[in-house]
Amino acid sequence: MTDPILKIDHVSKRFTRMPGLAERWVGKLTGGGKPVVVHALSDVSLEVTKREVLGIVGESGCGKSTLGRVVAGIYAPSDGSVTLHGKPIAREHGGNVDKLTTQVQMIHQDPFASLNPRMKVGETLAEGPRHHKIIPANQVRERMRELLEKVGLEGAYADRLPHQFSGGQRQRVAIARALAMEPEVLVLDEAVASLDVSIQAQVLNLFMDLRRDLGLTALFISHDLSVVRHVCDRVAIMYLGRLVELAPADELYAEPKHPYTQALFASVPTVGTGKGRFEAIKGEIPSPIDPPPGCAFHPRCPFAGPRCRAEVPRLTGAGTARTVACHLNDGGVEMKTEAAA
Amino acid sequence: MSETLIPGGNTLAVPAAPPAETRVMRMRNFWSDYRRSWVAIAALIVIVALIVGSFGAPWLVPQDPYDLANLDWLDAFLPPGTEGSGGYVHILGTDNAGRDMLSAILYGLRTSFVIGISAGALALTVGITIGLTAAYFGGRIEAFLMRIVDLQLSMPAILLALVMVAMLGQGVAQIILALVVAQYAYFARTTHGAASVERRKDYIEAARSTPLPTRRIMFKHLLPNVLPPLIVVATVQVASAISLEATLSFLGVGLPLTEPSLGTLISNGFKYIHAGRPWLSIYPGLFLMVTVVAINLVGDQVRTVIDPRNSR
Repeated sequence: MTDPILKIDHVSKRFTRMPGLAERWVGKLTGGGKPVVVHALSDVSLEVTKREVLGIVGESGCGKSTLGRVVAGIYAPSDGSVTLHGKPIAREHGGNVDKLTTQVQMIHQDPFASLNPRMKVGETLAEGPRHHKIIPANQVRERMRELLEKVGLEGAYADRLPHQFSGGQRQRVAIARALAMEPEVLVLDEAVASLDVSIQAQVLNLFMDLRRDLGLTALFISHDLSVVRHVCDRVAIMYLGRLVELAPADELYAEPKHPYTQALFASVPTVGTGKGRFEAIKGEIPSPIDPPPGCAFHPRCPFAGPRCRAEVPRLTGAGTARTVACHLNDGGVEMKTEAAA
Repeated sequence: MSETLIPGGNTLAVPAAPPAETRVMRMRNFWSDYRRSWVAIAALIVIVALIVGSFGAPWLVPQDPYDLANLDWLDAFLPPGTEGSGGYVHILGTDNAGRDMLSAILYGLRTSFVIGISAGALALTVGITIGLTAAYFGGRIEAFLMRIVDLQLSMPAILLALVMVAMLGQGVAQIILALVVAQYAYFARTTHGAASVERRKDYIEAARSTPLPTRRIMFKHLLPNVLPPLIVVATVQVASAISLEATLSFLGVGLPLTEPSLGTLISNGFKYIHAGRPWLSIYPGLFLMVTVVAINLVGDQVRTVIDPRNSR
């Protein structure tokens, strides 16, 4: 394995909502009115090597999109750091985020919201490279046409507005916008989730072609396990803001180790199994405002023991490139004292 | 790593997009929607006629009401339709100084338009800047700016304008400034409302993660998307600026009688309204009313047309 280019180092992200003036006054009487803290990410560490596609999988609300936004420099991490070639991606600047690099670009989920509806597609593509002088000014027009053709559109579409395109075409435009900045790392946040299945396949194939041709490194955020299996080299499973399992895609799909990962795979509908019933994970995902103590998954875990309720499991290397955060792989679910007795 | 292509996914199979929509086509669409209401068409014709009439007044009317040498005391208080000493018919009569009312009204209307439009445009600029800044940056900046705006909206505009004029004195520039102070808050509020919705959309986030400079995001991405509701507010506020100015002049703190606006003329004629010479107030009042109503009707139809829920 070569050296990682993107390092996510013990990143936590908390969102704090301060109560309003009135809430504080009422709070004085009722004992409420305290700041609400959402723990979106807790101590996540990941490394991505060049030309690798790392999948990030989890339920809604598990923090995968927040992780993508921290990597894309839209949020600054509350703790820890995200570095590309050792340089930080963004910094906090007077309460606002100041993005420092153009080398990480993001592709959003909804192509109907991610393009400025009143800006011609060509202008949307060109403004970033023009402002950062990535492409000489006299070549911008020509390069944008090439780029549109590269993502499977016509160069002449540059003069059109987003509403004249279909969803799949818009997502191609969004990909072209990200590529126009000539980034090293792409963050795809559910980039195909809002498209029809047939269009999804087109866009995914486009992504795989581009990845092969341009040697892209990418963070592929998705909840679709079959898509992730197709696209990713390694997969990270997240639960309630924490990393629970990280493994090469083949190994993970062959043998999921964390109970949550196993439950996720069991709940995937598959074609051809006939009358089989899906095994839903019991219970609801807990609130990230007040995460459960110990292992965050213990209220829903069929194997949970007393240790799971008390102690946060460490990430342990169970195989070569595999890490799992579960007491089952780290000495059992009984309390150490009880085990000794 | 799996490089297999997903079956059925052909990268190059892209359906053709509809032909590019040009600016001309958009204008044509707008017009074909607009003209569906004959009231709105009539209102537009009235406004165009009033603007042409007032700005073309020097060439259209027989007398320059600002030039005291043109006025003749012997022509004072002629009823509408009488021929004066100048050898022409005073269609709307004359006032106490022998001023031809039609000339005075059209000149006054010109002043009203200048004041209304420039106050509207200035208030729009100030309001947009404040509203966008508040919505974009959020937090303390937003709280501070919008509380000032709220504070101002809780006071009647006429009161603010009166205080401003009392401080600044009389004159066209002073009135415009007073009106801007009284009106920018409406634009700031509307901009802020629309911009805080747009602010949360992904295309703003995409622009921030590119990253593009803040000013560019605010004025190239946010502003064009909040403009449609502002156009409507702007038309209504121009009408409201015109009537505010008339009110101030009527109360005697606006423009002097040597430079009459519609309000000054109404105020001047008001003294004679029970003396058998009601035309002195009624005609400028009618012009004011028609102007304001016509602008509001046009604004209303523009709102209807640009509302996406009404699109065909």
